[in-house]
Amino acid sequence: MLPEKLRSIFRKESESVSPVRVPVSSSGESSTRNQHFKPNPPVTRPSRGLEQFFFEIRDVVGLSILDLAGATQENINFLTCLGHKIYSQDIVRSLDEAFGRESSQQTNPALIEAFLRTALDYPADTFDGVLLWDSLQFMGPALLNATVDRLAEVMRPKSYLLAFFTANEKVTEVQSYAFRIVDNRTILLAERGMRSSGQVFNNRNLERLFGKFESVKFFLTRESLREIIVRR
Amino acid sequence: MSSTPYRVPESDQRNTATIGKAVKVVGQIFTKEDLYVDGDVEGTIESQDNKVTIGPNGRVQAGIKAREVVILGQVKGNVEAADKVDIRKDARLEGDIVSARISIEDGALFKGSIDIRKAESRPGTGPTITAPPAAAQGSLAVPVGAAAAKR
Repeated sequence: MLPEKLRSIFRKESESVSPVRVPVSSSGESSTRNQHFKPNPPVTRPSRGLEQFFFEIRDVVGLSILDLAGATQENINFLTCLGHKIYSQDIVRSLDEAFGRESSQQTNPALIEAFLRTALDYPADTFDGVLLWDSLQFMGPALLNATVDRLAEVMRPKSYLLAFFTANEKVTEVQSYAFRIVDNRTILLAERGMRSSGQVFNNRNLERLFGKFESVKFFLTRESLREIIVRR
Repeated sequence: MSSTPYRVPESDQRNTATIGKAVKVVGQIFTKEDLYVDGDVEGTIESQDNKVTIGPNGRVQAGIKAREVVILGQVKGNVEAADKVDIRKDARLEGDIVSARISIEDGALFKGSIDIRKAESRPGTGPTITAPPAAAQGSLAVPVGAAAAKR
């Protein structure tokens, strides 16, 4: 018989090597925080939001477009072939660099200010269009409001913004994607791993979030995704 | 585009000035031949009709102006290329690009703007190179390669 003290030590050691519980996504796949992340092959799908975005800026060249999905050859080619100037920035990567992967860290005003200085340090009224993709849904309320306020500053009046949000209000984690423009109505999505959703987004929340903007237009897709076009 | 490790072709090595990885240059670099930078440079790099390559160990805080710019390392500064800018996998560029063509590999990190300008539409010299503030303090002109030999 082992003394109680020794047994308690063994018990603790055996507990420490037990499998760590990981959050389960809406699709039932367990997420290991991308340690063993194996993305599925990229898929293409039509995007009404993207189509509307390019419809709104049609027949004009020389616009300044901010693409927050990071620089990709496809997006650079597509936008520059339309005659526009592209500004690239991987805002999800900037989020990770500023706050780590947890949205709970996104309440510190100093960190928020530092993030905005890094990610959206542009003069006022710089952009004629902003492709935000899915980045806003990984932000907690304080950071989200500050980011949207900053976007309103750097966008020109009557300019447009495209953003994607999950339409499933029950999930706490959502898949993050790299977005590549195939044509003016089709995007290619490459998985970047599961991420915590900063908060629940429904139509009313989104209308309130973009209250300073002129209008918000919603498109619901088959993939439980809200695509929105916001006019500054 | 290619993700294979970059190596200066032997035939080009004779005509390429090199800043090795143990070298740091602060100031302005003008060269009349291709330039390979695998060390540190702060200031400006200008090689109007030639190719400038920033190697995988290169850390450059400088505006770069050349016919063609290939980046495998880290660059902080504006890049202007009459022909092409090529940003390879694992490269990092923070700055604005003005070029006729651009190629960027997956895995490269780029933050800045891209302005595609064909050579015909660019009269004269185009935008001037802006050196980062840190480099602006140094005023040492460092002639490199053929330009240095002539002196």
